[in-house]
Amino acid sequence: MWSWVLHRITGVGIYFFLLVHILDTALVRVSPEAYNAVIAQYKNPIMGLGELALVAAIGFHALNGLRIILIDFTGFGTRHQKAMFYIVLALWVVLLLGFAPRHLMHVFGGA
Amino acid sequence: MTDNAATAIDNPRSTVVRRRKGVNWEKWGWVYMRASGVLLVVLIFGHLFVNLFAGEGVTQLDFGFVAGKWASSFWQWYDFLLLWFALVHGSNGIRTIINDYSTPPTGTGIRWLLTPHGIMKTALVVSTVVLLTLGTLVIFTFDPCPAGSPADLLPSFCSVAR
Ligand code: HEM
Repeated sequence: MWSWVLHRITGVGIYFFLLVHILDTALVRVSPEAYNAVIAQYKNPIMGLGELALVAAIGFHALNGLRIILIDFTGFGTRHQKAMFYIVLALWVVLLLGFAPRHLMHVFGGA
Repeated sequence: MTDNAATAIDNPRSTVVRRRKGVNWEKWGWVYMRASGVLLVVLIFGHLFVNLFAGEGVTQLDFGFVAGKWASSFWQWYDFLLLWFALVHGSNGIRTIINDYSTPPTGTGIRWLLTPHGIMKTALVVSTVVLLTLGTLVIFTFDPCPAGSPADLLPSFCSVAR
Protein backbone atom coordinates (compact mmCIF):
# COMPACT_ATOMS: atom_id res chain seq x y z
CA MET A 1 0.00 0.00 0.00
CA TRP A 2 2.77 2.46 0.91
CA SER A 3 4.61 1.68 -2.29
CA TRP A 4 1.45 2.67 -4.17
CA VAL A 5 1.00 5.90 -2.19
CA LEU A 6 4.62 6.86 -2.76
CA HIS A 7 4.42 5.93 -6.45
CA ARG A 8 1.39 8.16 -6.88
CA ILE A 9 2.77 11.13 -4.90
CA THR A 10 6.17 11.02 -6.64
CA GLY A 11 4.41 10.69 -10.04
CA VAL A 12 2.36 13.85 -9.46
CA GLY A 13 5.35 15.74 -8.05
CA ILE A 14 7.58 14.93 -11.01
CA TYR A 15 4.75 15.80 -13.38
CA PHE A 16 4.42 19.35 -12.07
CA PHE A 17 8.18 19.80 -12.23
CA LEU A 18 8.09 18.63 -15.86
CA LEU A 19 5.47 21.27 -16.75
CA VAL A 20 7.67 24.03 -15.29
CA HIS A 21 10.83 22.55 -16.80
CA ILE A 22 9.42 22.61 -20.36
CA LEU A 23 8.53 26.29 -19.84
CA ASP A 24 11.93 27.31 -18.42
CA THR A 25 13.72 25.50 -21.26
CA ALA A 26 11.52 27.34 -23.77
CA LEU A 27 13.29 30.54 -22.67
CA VAL A 28 16.24 29.58 -24.89
CA ARG A 29 13.98 30.79 -27.71
CA VAL A 30 13.48 34.15 -25.96
CA SER A 31 17.11 35.19 -25.35
CA PRO A 32 20.32 33.86 -23.77
CA GLU A 33 19.91 36.49 -21.04
CA ALA A 34 16.37 35.38 -20.14
CA TYR A 35 17.37 31.71 -20.06
CA ASN A 36 20.50 32.30 -17.97
CA ALA A 37 18.62 34.49 -15.49
CA VAL A 38 16.02 31.80 -14.80
CA ILE A 39 18.46 28.88 -14.80
CA ALA A 40 20.61 30.77 -12.28
CA GLN A 41 17.74 30.25 -9.83
CA TYR A 42 18.34 26.50 -10.01
CA LYS A 43 21.79 27.09 -8.53
CA ASN A 44 20.73 28.72 -5.25
CA PRO A 45 20.79 26.56 -2.09
CA ILE A 46 17.02 26.21 -1.71
CA MET A 47 16.55 25.08 -5.29
CA GLY A 48 19.61 22.85 -4.88
CA LEU A 49 17.81 20.99 -2.09
CA GLY A 50 14.73 20.91 -4.33
CA GLU A 51 16.77 19.18 -7.05
CA LEU A 52 17.91 16.61 -4.52
CA ALA A 53 14.25 15.97 -3.62
CA LEU A 54 13.40 15.74 -7.32
CA VAL A 55 16.11 13.14 -7.98
CA ALA A 56 14.96 11.25 -4.88
CA ALA A 57 11.36 11.25 -6.18
CA ILE A 58 12.30 10.22 -9.72
CA GLY A 59 14.66 7.55 -8.37
CA PHE A 60 11.91 6.01 -6.26
CA HIS A 61 9.28 6.23 -9.01
CA ALA A 62 11.64 4.68 -11.57
CA LEU A 63 12.81 1.79 -9.37
CA ASN A 64 9.33 1.05 -8.03
CA GLY A 65 7.95 1.36 -11.59
CA LEU A 66 10.31 -1.41 -12.71
CA ARG A 67 9.09 -3.44 -9.72
CA ILE A 68 5.45 -2.93 -10.79
CA ILE A 69 6.34 -4.10 -14.30
CA LEU A 70 8.04 -7.25 -12.98
CA ILE A 71 5.01 -7.97 -10.76
CA ASP A 72 2.62 -7.56 -13.69
CA PHE A 73 4.51 -9.63 -16.22
CA THR A 74 6.38 -12.31 -14.28
CA GLY A 75 5.32 -14.91 -11.73
CA PHE A 76 8.66 -14.37 -10.03
CA GLY A 77 7.82 -10.72 -9.51
CA THR A 78 4.39 -11.50 -8.08
CA ARG A 79 5.79 -14.04 -5.62
CA HIS A 80 8.62 -11.82 -4.46
CA GLN A 81 6.92 -8.41 -4.58
CA LYS A 82 7.63 -7.70 -0.93
CA ALA A 83 11.31 -8.61 -1.13
CA MET A 84 11.57 -6.51 -4.29
CA PHE A 85 10.19 -3.53 -2.40
CA TYR A 86 13.12 -3.74 0.01
CA ILE A 87 15.47 -4.09 -2.95
CA VAL A 88 13.92 -0.92 -4.41
CA LEU A 89 14.55 0.91 -1.13
CA ALA A 90 18.14 -0.37 -0.98
CA LEU A 91 18.92 0.66 -4.57
CA TRP A 92 17.28 4.01 -3.90
CA VAL A 93 19.59 4.63 -0.92
CA VAL A 94 22.63 3.65 -3.02
CA LEU A 95 21.50 6.02 -5.79
CA LEU A 96 21.14 8.93 -3.38
CA LEU A 97 24.46 8.17 -1.68
CA GLY A 98 26.06 8.44 -5.13
CA PHE A 99 24.24 11.61 -6.13
CA ALA A 100 23.76 13.69 -2.99
CA PRO A 101 27.37 14.43 -1.91
CA ARG A 102 28.44 15.45 -5.41
CA HIS A 103 25.35 17.56 -5.99
CA LEU A 104 25.57 19.28 -2.59
CA MET A 105 29.21 20.10 -3.28
CA HIS A 106 28.17 21.77 -6.54
CA VAL A 107 25.40 23.72 -4.82
CA PHE A 108 27.20 24.69 -1.59
CA GLY A 109 30.81 24.42 -2.74
CA GLY A 110 30.82 28.03 -3.88
CA ALA A 111 32.48 27.09 -7.19
CA MET B 1 -32.76 -28.66 -2.64
CA THR B 2 -33.64 -29.32 -6.21
CA ASP B 3 -33.63 -26.77 -8.97
CA ASN B 4 -36.51 -26.46 -11.35
CA ALA B 5 -36.58 -24.34 -14.48
CA ALA B 6 -38.13 -21.35 -12.69
CA THR B 7 -35.48 -20.98 -9.97
CA ALA B 8 -32.34 -22.02 -11.85
CA ILE B 9 -29.78 -19.24 -12.01
CA ASP B 10 -26.88 -19.06 -14.44
CA ASN B 11 -23.48 -19.87 -13.07
CA PRO B 12 -21.89 -16.44 -12.50
CA ARG B 13 -18.56 -17.85 -13.63
CA SER B 14 -20.04 -18.36 -17.07
CA THR B 15 -17.55 -19.48 -19.69
CA VAL B 16 -19.13 -17.10 -22.19
CA VAL B 17 -16.89 -13.99 -22.43
CA ARG B 18 -18.70 -10.90 -23.59
CA ARG B 19 -16.43 -8.23 -25.05
CA ARG B 20 -17.26 -4.77 -26.20
CA LYS B 21 -16.49 -4.13 -29.83
CA GLY B 22 -13.67 -1.81 -30.83
CA VAL B 23 -10.23 -0.99 -29.51
CA ASN B 24 -9.66 -1.48 -25.80
CA TRP B 25 -7.96 1.91 -25.15
CA GLU B 26 -7.78 1.38 -21.41
CA LYS B 27 -5.70 -1.75 -21.97
CA TRP B 28 -3.35 -0.04 -24.41
CA GLY B 29 -2.97 2.83 -21.94
CA TRP B 30 -1.95 0.26 -19.33
CA VAL B 31 0.56 -1.31 -21.74
CA TYR B 32 1.90 2.15 -22.67
CA MET B 33 2.57 3.05 -19.01
CA ARG B 34 4.80 -0.02 -18.72
CA ALA B 35 6.53 0.18 -22.11
CA SER B 36 7.23 3.92 -21.78
CA GLY B 37 8.33 3.37 -18.17
CA VAL B 38 11.15 1.07 -19.27
CA LEU B 39 12.24 3.54 -21.95
CA LEU B 40 12.00 6.49 -19.55
CA VAL B 41 14.37 4.82 -17.08
CA VAL B 42 17.06 4.92 -19.77
CA LEU B 43 16.19 8.39 -21.12
CA ILE B 44 15.82 10.08 -17.71
CA PHE B 45 18.91 8.57 -16.13
CA GLY B 46 20.94 9.60 -19.18
CA HIS B 47 19.44 13.11 -19.02
CA LEU B 48 20.17 13.53 -15.31
CA PHE B 49 23.64 12.04 -15.64
CA VAL B 50 24.75 14.37 -18.42
CA ASN B 51 23.10 17.57 -17.14
CA LEU B 52 23.16 17.24 -13.36
CA PHE B 53 25.97 14.80 -12.46
CA ALA B 54 28.76 14.83 -15.07
CA GLY B 55 30.97 17.88 -15.52
CA GLU B 56 30.20 20.63 -13.03
CA GLY B 57 26.64 19.44 -12.39
CA VAL B 58 23.99 22.08 -11.94
CA THR B 59 26.53 24.93 -12.00
CA GLN B 60 27.41 24.26 -15.66
CA LEU B 61 23.89 24.92 -16.96
CA ASP B 62 23.44 28.00 -19.14
CA PHE B 63 22.53 28.99 -22.69
CA GLY B 64 25.95 27.94 -24.01
CA PHE B 65 25.53 24.45 -22.48
CA VAL B 66 22.17 23.94 -24.20
CA ALA B 67 23.49 25.33 -27.50
CA GLY B 68 26.44 22.94 -27.32
CA LYS B 69 24.13 19.95 -26.87
CA TRP B 70 21.55 20.92 -29.50
CA ALA B 71 24.28 21.56 -32.04
CA SER B 72 24.08 17.79 -32.42
CA SER B 73 20.92 16.22 -33.83
CA PHE B 74 21.53 13.27 -31.49
CA TRP B 75 20.67 15.40 -28.46
CA GLN B 76 17.79 17.09 -30.29
CA TRP B 77 16.14 13.74 -30.98
CA TYR B 78 17.06 12.45 -27.53
CA ASP B 79 15.29 15.42 -25.90
CA PHE B 80 12.38 15.11 -28.33
CA LEU B 81 11.81 11.48 -27.29
CA LEU B 82 12.19 12.41 -23.63
CA LEU B 83 9.63 15.22 -23.98
CA TRP B 84 6.98 13.09 -25.69
CA PHE B 85 7.38 9.88 -23.73
CA ALA B 86 7.57 11.62 -20.33
CA LEU B 87 4.73 14.07 -20.89
CA VAL B 88 2.35 11.50 -22.38
CA HIS B 89 3.23 9.01 -19.60
CA GLY B 90 2.71 11.68 -16.95
CA SER B 91 -0.54 13.00 -18.44
CA ASN B 92 -1.96 9.51 -18.76
CA GLY B 93 -1.05 8.92 -15.11
CA ILE B 94 -2.80 12.14 -14.08
CA ARG B 95 -5.84 11.01 -16.12
CA THR B 96 -5.95 7.81 -14.04
CA ILE B 97 -5.75 9.84 -10.84
CA ILE B 98 -8.55 12.22 -11.92
CA ASN B 99 -10.70 9.18 -12.73
CA ASP B 100 -9.94 7.70 -9.31
CA TYR B 101 -10.97 10.72 -7.26
CA SER B 102 -13.67 12.51 -9.23
CA THR B 103 -17.02 11.21 -10.43
CA PRO B 104 -17.59 11.58 -14.15
CA PRO B 105 -20.66 13.76 -14.74
CA THR B 106 -23.70 12.18 -16.39
CA GLY B 107 -24.42 15.12 -18.71
CA THR B 108 -22.84 15.81 -22.08
CA GLY B 109 -21.50 18.92 -23.81
CA ILE B 110 -21.43 22.06 -21.66
CA ARG B 111 -23.04 20.13 -18.77
CA TRP B 112 -20.08 17.77 -18.86
CA LEU B 113 -17.54 20.55 -19.22
CA LEU B 114 -18.74 22.69 -16.30
CA THR B 115 -18.02 20.13 -13.61
CA PRO B 116 -14.81 19.59 -11.62
CA HIS B 117 -14.20 16.43 -13.67
CA GLY B 118 -14.79 18.20 -17.00
CA ILE B 119 -12.61 21.17 -16.08
CA MET B 120 -9.71 19.00 -14.90
CA LYS B 121 -9.84 16.73 -17.95
CA THR B 122 -9.98 19.72 -20.30
CA ALA B 123 -7.12 21.52 -18.53
CA LEU B 124 -5.07 18.31 -18.71
CA VAL B 125 -5.59 17.83 -22.45
CA VAL B 126 -5.03 21.50 -23.29
CA SER B 127 -1.84 21.85 -21.22
CA THR B 128 -0.45 18.59 -22.61
CA VAL B 129 -1.06 19.57 -26.24
CA VAL B 130 0.30 23.11 -25.72
CA LEU B 131 3.46 21.89 -23.98
CA LEU B 132 4.14 19.12 -26.52
CA THR B 133 3.84 21.67 -29.33
CA LEU B 134 5.90 24.33 -27.55
CA GLY B 135 8.64 21.89 -26.51
CA THR B 136 8.93 20.36 -29.98
CA LEU B 137 9.16 23.80 -31.62
CA VAL B 138 11.80 24.93 -29.11
CA ILE B 139 14.01 21.91 -29.81
CA PHE B 140 13.84 22.10 -33.60
CA THR B 141 13.74 25.88 -34.22
CA PHE B 142 16.56 26.55 -31.76
CA ASP B 143 19.12 29.17 -32.84
CA PRO B 144 22.47 28.71 -31.02
CA CYS B 145 23.83 32.08 -32.23
CA PRO B 146 21.00 34.65 -32.02
CA ALA B 147 22.06 37.92 -33.70
CA GLY B 148 22.88 40.79 -31.36
CA SER B 149 23.57 38.68 -28.26
CA PRO B 150 26.80 39.21 -26.30
CA ALA B 151 29.43 36.72 -27.48
CA ASP B 152 30.32 35.63 -23.94
CA LEU B 153 26.83 34.18 -23.48
CA LEU B 154 27.02 32.16 -26.70
CA PRO B 155 28.82 28.89 -27.46
CA SER B 156 32.36 29.40 -28.76
CA PHE B 157 31.54 28.09 -32.25
CA CYS B 158 29.37 31.19 -32.94
CA SER B 159 32.36 33.52 -33.28
CA VAL B 160 34.14 31.08 -35.62
CA ALA B 161 31.19 30.98 -37.99
CA ARG B 162 31.04 34.76 -38.36
C1 HEM C 1 11.75 6.90 -14.71
C2 HEM C 1 11.02 6.03 -15.35
C3 HEM C 1 9.57 5.76 -15.01
C4 HEM C 1 9.03 4.54 -14.77
C5 HEM C 1 9.76 3.19 -14.80
C6 HEM C 1 7.62 4.72 -14.49
C7 HEM C 1 6.73 3.68 -14.25
C8 HEM C 1 5.39 3.85 -14.04
C9 HEM C 1 4.39 2.81 -14.07
C10 HEM C 1 4.66 1.33 -14.35
C11 HEM C 1 3.18 3.38 -13.81
C12 HEM C 1 1.83 2.68 -13.82
C13 HEM C 1 1.19 2.41 -12.52
C14 HEM C 1 -0.11 1.70 -12.76
O1 HEM C 1 -0.68 1.75 -13.87
O2 HEM C 1 -0.57 1.09 -11.80
C15 HEM C 1 3.41 4.79 -13.59
C16 HEM C 1 2.44 5.71 -13.23
C17 HEM C 1 2.63 7.07 -13.22
N1 HEM C 1 3.76 7.76 -13.59
FE1 HEM C 1 5.53 6.92 -14.05
N2 HEM C 1 7.33 6.06 -14.54
C18 HEM C 1 8.48 6.74 -14.87
C19 HEM C 1 8.61 8.13 -15.04
C20 HEM C 1 7.60 9.06 -14.83
C21 HEM C 1 7.70 10.50 -15.06
C22 HEM C 1 8.93 11.23 -15.61
C23 HEM C 1 6.51 11.05 -14.69
C24 HEM C 1 6.07 12.51 -14.73
C25 HEM C 1 6.15 13.23 -15.80
C26 HEM C 1 5.66 9.98 -14.23
C27 HEM C 1 4.37 10.15 -13.76
C28 HEM C 1 3.52 9.12 -13.45
C29 HEM C 1 2.18 9.30 -12.93
C30 HEM C 1 1.49 10.65 -12.63
C31 HEM C 1 1.62 8.02 -12.79
C32 HEM C 1 0.23 7.65 -12.27
C33 HEM C 1 0.34 7.21 -10.85
C34 HEM C 1 -0.87 6.45 -10.35
O3 HEM C 1 -1.75 6.07 -11.16
O4 HEM C 1 -0.92 6.20 -9.14
N3 HEM C 1 6.34 8.78 -14.33
N4 HEM C 1 4.76 5.06 -13.75
